[in-house]
Amino acid sequence: MADAALYASADRLFARKKLFAFGLPVLVLVYLVYIVFAFDLPGLAERARMDNARTLLSDVWSYKTHVTQDNRSGEVEVAIEGERRGTYAPGTEPDWVSIDAAGTVVDLEDGHVVRFLTGGGFAYEVPDFGLIEARMDGRAVVSNLEEETLPEWISASRTRFQVETSHGRVSLTRNRTELFRYFPGWELFFFTLDSPYYGHGVFEIAFGDRIDPERANIAGAWQDFWNNAMWRHGDVAWALFETILMAFLGTFGAAIVALPLAFLSAKNFAPLLAVRFAMRRVFDFLRGVDGLIWTIVLSRAFGPGPMTGALAILLTDTGSFGKLFSEALENVDGKQIEGVASTGAAPVLRYRFGVIPQITPVLISQVLYFFESNTRSATIIGAITGGGIGLLLTQAMITQKDWEEVSYYIVLIVLMVMAMDSLSGWLRRKLIRGV
Amino acid sequence: MMHSDPPFDTRAHYMALMARKRLYGGIVLAIFVALMVSGFILTNDRNAGGFWDGLPQIFDFPAAVLADTIPKLDRLPGHFLRYFPSLMETVNIAAVSTLIGAGLAMLLSLLSTRGLARWPRLIPLFRRIMDIMRAIPEIVVALVLIFVLGGGPVPAMIAIAFHTAGALGKLFSEVNENADLKPVEGLQSVGGTWFQRMWLGVVPQVSPNYFSYALLRFEINIRASAILGFVGAGGIGYDLRNAMAWGQGRFDEAAAIFILLFLTIVVFDQLSSHVRNAMIAKKGGH
Repeated sequence: MADAALYASADRLFARKKLFAFGLPVLVLVYLVYIVFAFDLPGLAERARMDNARTLLSDVWSYKTHVTQDNRSGEVEVAIEGERRGTYAPGTEPDWVSIDAAGTVVDLEDGHVVRFLTGGGFAYEVPDFGLIEARMDGRAVVSNLEEETLPEWISASRTRFQVETSHGRVSLTRNRTELFRYFPGWELFFFTLDSPYYGHGVFEIAFGDRIDPERANIAGAWQDFWNNAMWRHGDVAWALFETILMAFLGTFGAAIVALPLAFLSAKNFAPLLAVRFAMRRVFDFLRGVDGLIWTIVLSRAFGPGPMTGALAILLTDTGSFGKLFSEALENVDGKQIEGVASTGAAPVLRYRFGVIPQITPVLISQVLYFFESNTRSATIIGAITGGGIGLLLTQAMITQKDWEEVSYYIVLIVLMVMAMDSLSGWLRRKLIRGV
Repeated sequence: MMHSDPPFDTRAHYMALMARKRLYGGIVLAIFVALMVSGFILTNDRNAGGFWDGLPQIFDFPAAVLADTIPKLDRLPGHFLRYFPSLMETVNIAAVSTLIGAGLAMLLSLLSTRGLARWPRLIPLFRRIMDIMRAIPEIVVALVLIFVLGGGPVPAMIAIAFHTAGALGKLFSEVNENADLKPVEGLQSVGGTWFQRMWLGVVPQVSPNYFSYALLRFEINIRASAILGFVGAGGIGYDLRNAMAWGQGRFDEAAAIFILLFLTIVVFDQLSSHVRNAMIAKKGGH
């Protein structure tokens, strides 16, 4: 009889385990299938812009030099990334471009040679294919190729003709003839073209003769590097600092505000239930409203900037810290407080020597943990409220062409967060052991 | 042999020690206060509006929102209904990314726990991978993916899942370190593959802890997915940005979204802490 009951209960247990073991994965699977349709994953393939992905990837590891001919004036300009600050002064063009009155010739190497025609147009000698010639005929673009048999790397219309090979890209429109040549690396990362140190090696700058007679080499090089107009290293460093500052002010400010409030909401320190209840609702409210809404509300009052971000972090974390600290306070050992009280200490001293030493380790480790994770939040909040590295990142992304800068910022952000991670870990170990 | 040194002055030594400790504490405190104050002044200067100028205006915006909402209170339920689908999307983004992230984290954490790893030599590699995944803020991945995949929930989902995998992976591997190895050895002795050893030997031991961490993460991810919506990745955050753009006089929709978002966060917050407490209570009861 007892055996039968035992068997029955074992069977029930097995049945339940089976239900869990198979039911849970099925439930997850069903949910994921629902998501596939809710998020329209089948349609994603159509919406995805693979050409964007290609530009992004090639931009991350390479840069392009533009050779542009204004078809009306016949003027030719060579510029890195087509930017004004990366424009070569006349006469200093790289040696693969030769500009003279007879016409501009660009040597793309391996037999790829492009000649710009005066009045608009180009002749591109492609090895194993032949000569491609395109020029302006009145307002229309015409070429020497049959429209029907164009290979896929050539695109032609009435207003635009473009050839894209492994060695570069040439295009012709009514206003300009333009050539892009790609090079690996990040262009002008150290010095822009107008700096006298451009093209000099580290060794030469450190130990060689004075390059700029006005300044000592290392000081001058550092100045030009730090104020590099394209990469703005100085501004970027400042933005990183601002982000960390936002996290620092927000986190530690919140801890300072939350600590006294936590006493008011801890069972063993606040005798009044009403006060306790009210404080807890305040904490819940601060946490529930969330950093996003605080950021929006605060940026209306204080305008965009790092302080708005710091205050948003401060408000949200006051809620989190209030809850955590009051839980820590409820777990303190009463004996120490009694011990301090027995010496006749006043309440403030009782808290100072009976309570604070007990909760300090919890406090420090929580605060440091939040500090580290807030460095990440500060990046995000900065993107919304306009401060720090988050702002630079979104600005670089909006232009949709400076992907090398975007990747530079991403690398710096990752390094910053990892550095804060190890800093907070180190401090935690150091301080808590010392306490 | 007795030393004839004068007796060691314990009291003076103790006082000197205390004085030094107090001095160090004081210096640290002074540096901290100086950093806070100068940091505050610095950010105050860099901000578009100053702190003291802005402080009186802090309630202007909430007041404007209230002023817009109160005459149109009857429209609020309609707004709730209208924005409910995007709220669902935000919650779904958080849920799916927590699921996927937790799955990845499970794999990564098992691969990077000493004693359990499939390839012990690669433990540092998997740890580094988790560190990097954890270090990349969601917004970075989301913005890049929005450029490639277009706006919508998928970029946010991938971005949050990516970060979640790193964040949970670290916590999970701490849990794994405390797992009992006997079931694993038992399974190995009967010829279980690595996957079977992990799935049947380790996961049942650690799944309550995994679950509780994943719930906590889900809560965080709801907030993250709302924020990512604000920078263009679908969901309620995106609607909020649009509603804010309507400007003064039409803030009633923004108010509806604020309320929805607030309630969602509070509900899931309470729910997850309730479930976690119940689980702890159950575990203690056994």
